Parts: sequence; structure tokens; C-alpha cells
Amino acid sequence: MSAWPTPPPYSLVGKHGVSPDFTHDERARFNFLAQLNTHLAAQVVPGNARAYETRVKPAFEAEHGRAPVDRHEVRKAMLRDSYFQTWSALRRSSMELRQQNGREVVLRQLDKLNAKAAALNHQSPQLKLNPDVAIPAYIRKVDFHCMPGGYTTELAADDVSAAANYDIGVFATTGGGLGCFNDGAGLAVAQWMRSRYPDFNPKRILDMGTGAGHTVTAIAQAFPDSEIISVDVAAPMLRFAHARAKSLGVNNITFMQANAENVPLPDADFDVVLTTIFLHETSNLAIRRIMAETHRLLKPGGLSFHLEQPQYAGLPLFEQFMRDWDALYNNEPFWTRMHEMDIEQLMADAGFQRDKMFQDKAEGILDETIFGKPKSDVEDFGRKAAWHLFGVHK
Amino acid sequence: MMEKKPLDWIALTGAKPLGKRPYFFDDPAVERVLAVTMAVAQEVAVLRERLDTIERLLEKGNADFSRADIDAYAPDPAAATERAEWSRMYIARVLRIVQQELEALNTPENNVDIAAIADELGRI
Ligand SMILES: C[S@@+](CC[C@H](N)C(=O)[O-])C[C@H]1O[C@@H](n2cnc3c(N)ncnc32)[C@H](O)[C@@H]1O
Repeated sequence: MSAWPTPPPYSLVGKHGVSPDFTHDERARFNFLAQLNTHLAAQVVPGNARAYETRVKPAFEAEHGRAPVDRHEVRKAMLRDSYFQTWSALRRSSMELRQQNGREVVLRQLDKLNAKAAALNHQSPQLKLNPDVAIPAYIRKVDFHCMPGGYTTELAADDVSAAANYDIGVFATTGGGLGCFNDGAGLAVAQWMRSRYPDFNPKRILDMGTGAGHTVTAIAQAFPDSEIISVDVAAPMLRFAHARAKSLGVNNITFMQANAENVPLPDADFDVVLTTIFLHETSNLAIRRIMAETHRLLKPGGLSFHLEQPQYAGLPLFEQFMRDWDALYNNEPFWTRMHEMDIEQLMADAGFQRDKMFQDKAEGILDETIFGKPKSDVEDFGRKAAWHLFGVHK
Repeated sequence: MMEKKPLDWIALTGAKPLGKRPYFFDDPAVERVLAVTMAVAQEVAVLRERLDTIERLLEKGNADFSRADIDAYAPDPAAATERAEWSRMYIARVLRIVQQELEALNTPENNVDIAAIADELGRI
């Protein structure tokens, strides 16, 4: 057992070269939110299933003479239930508090933070920004997970504020579920690769939709001899990710501003092409183009995979409906479509062979001295650090 | 030359994200009050944590600490555990009505309408 409580205090969050300074009260706000989100997931969420079984579903059946046939019918019925309304309003307000808290920390020290990043990024050949890269419509139309300004807004020169805010809030939203450096997914991916392909030492790895670099940096640490290219469309994310990686002593990643739908790199350039927690933030056409790019960029014999929350097919309707919450109420609009896609068909359409496809699972890996032994405990419908991996060999 | 206006960072903290906000309660006023209440609830937790920090610094026997010491304070596992327990109790208190509604759902046999019980008591 770990000596620390669950969730652990915010003071344990890992520091890196672009961490903002925190006041006591700013940490306390995130402590409150981590506790609140843990409480909502463990104590409040289960009541939704209970309300559904005991009154919502029976009322639906009485009215229609049949059970709901899809998650949309479940949702329409649940939206009228006062328990679901209460939980949803609490969860939405917790997300809004999280954004304001994070933005307070970052924006009050914006210039200082941007200067820290700029010093780490100065003339680095491993940060390749390109202001001509157009921002895709699907990230211009909505601010994902209610993050005002999205990934791309720049409030000042050399701005990293979008990424810094993203970085500092993960711990509060997940109650520490991704670890002190938010890299539980990266450690999981690295372990998955090592155990599935023990002798595989990829020379070149491409990561698309890198974000703040949480996952790719952990992969780079696990594969120090690999040369990694990370692409993202958002300059603030790339500046931050590069500075953060540098300050953590990670030097084998080049961060490049590019659209994953159209990556300016040659065919068959990579041994591995991967995305993590990314595809659900694109669009129906974009995901097809990204798969086509994956196929084009991969060497024959190369490995590609994508880490996401589980697909809906085969899940009970009620679970599908709960997993849709973030899609509709936390600004993740493509989430709902993406999770009902036939991903094998998607990969096949991109030119991959069906007999070389696989699907697997990966669970977040956390520091046991702080988080204790992993426990398969509460299901927070879409937020749990337990992912679905799907991929293919070329 | 135009002076560059400094950013009003306080105004920016609360910027509304792109995309229409969902309102879950039938009356949006209820949602508004809930959001205000949760923001206040957060600030009460923050005040309490600050007080706890000050008490713990005092207990170390040195009354001569500064605000910088408060900002630098990081609890050890024992203090963190006590603070987390306080938070759990605090949130349980604030959200008690939600918990009781769930209890009512889970044990309908213990949730009989009082008027019905009154009728029954008149009979037995
Ligand atoms: C949720 S974050 C990714 C998280 C990250 N992979 C991780 O595991 O920590 C999504 C990122 O994808 C980027 N993005 C969205 N559309 C893109 C595209 N077409 N090409 C490249 N990056 C894109 C966004 O700018 C954002 O930084």
C-alpha cells in the first residue's frame, strides 16, 4: 500500500521546465477538484444506472411498448431524469471550474511562462514550426473539452498557454489517474510494445496529434535509440511539448507543425506510426485521410497502432450512452461517431490487410509508491486510464 | 504610438468555450445556482486548506513564517491523508442530498411516502 491518499495531493505533480509557479490556493483548488471528481465517479455516477434500471427504462417501456433500441433513445429518456440532470450539471460545472483554475495559474504569469519555454526552444533544430499550416475546421468550430481558445489560440508571441493549461489540469480531472507526469498512457504503450515485440527496436517512430507531449515523451524515454517525429497542427502545443521534453532530458523527438492528414514527409519513412488519445478529436473525412497517411508513411513490415477508449460495438446501450457524455456535454463532438466506426473497415479502406490487423487493451501505468497497486475500480465512462489499442502491420 | 494594453487576465480566465453550453435542469436558473454554489464550495475548501496549512506551520513551533512559506508548503503523507479525509467529509456534506436520493433509489422499501405511513398508522 502507498502511504499517500487517493487522489494524492497536487504538490506531488511532477515539475518540468515549463511548469508554472503555483500559489498555495491554486494547488488547493486542484486538490478540491481532484476530490470532487473522485467523489462524482465513485459515489454519484453509479446512481445513473440505478435510475435507469428502476425508473427510466420502465417508464420508456410503458410508453413505447419496447426497450430503447440505441444509446440516443437512452439519452433522450435519461435527460428527463432528475438524478442524471444533477450529476451532469455537477460534472459540467466541475469541468468549468477546472478550466478557470488552470487559466488563472497560467495567464497571470503568461509572459514568464512563455519566456521559460522560449529559452528552452531557442534555435532548436528539433522544433519545426510552420505558420502556413492551416487549422482544420474541426478544431476551429469547437473548443475541445471546454478549453476556451482550444489548442491553437495565441495570446502573445511564443505562446504556450493552451498547452500549459492542458498540462496542469489533467491531474485534477482524472484524480491523478495518469500519474504525476500525466504519462501513464505513454508508459502503458511502451510496456505493451516491449512485451508484444520484445526484440523490436524501431529506428523511426511517428506520433501524430502529439498535444502537450505527455505520451510521446514517455515512449521516447523507453526507446532512447529511436528517432521520433511528433506532429501537431497547434504551435502552442508543440512549443510546450518540445520545451517540456528538453527539460526532462529527452532529446530524441523532433516536434513538427503539420496536419496529420497531409504530413510533408516521404513514403515508407517510419517503422512505427502511432496516435494516442487523438483520433476522436478529428472528423469523419479527416480520420480517413489520417489512416491513408499512416499507410503511406509506414515502411513495409512496419507497425501502426492507435490508443483510444473502447469502441461502442458490443457494449450495453447504457454504457454507450454514459460514454457519450463527454462527446455531447464536454465538447468532444466527434467522439460519438468515432466510437461507432468499424475501425477494421477504416484501416482496410486505407490499404491495410485485414489478416494483419489486431485489437488489444492497455491499462495506465502509475508510480506505485504514490498511487499504490493498480486496482480495476470505478468506471468513469470514458475517463478511466484503460484503453483500447487497435492497429495493423503493413 | 499606441500603448499595448496589458491582458486582462482575470477576465480571460472565465472565457466561454466555443460551442453551446448544455443546461441539464428544466429551469436554467437552477443550473446557474448550482454552478455558483459549486464555485463557492471550492473556495470554502481552499480557505480550509489554507487554514490547515497555517495551523501545521504553527505546530512546528515557528510563528515567524511568511506567505511564501504557506505557498511552499507540501504535506507529508500523514498530513495529506488527514487533509484528504477532511475533503471527503466536506464533499459528502455538500452533496448529501444527492447521496440520499441515491439511497432512496437503492432501498425503495425504506422510502415510503409519509402520508401513506400516516394512513397506515391510523389503521393499525
Ligand atoms: C487530445 S490532444 C492529444 C493527446 C496526446 N496525443 C497525448 O497522448 O497526450 C489532441 C491534439 O491533436 C492535435 N490535432 C488535432 N487535429 C490535428 C491534425 N489534423 N493534425 C495534427 N494534429 C492535430 C491538437 O492540436 C491537439 O494538440
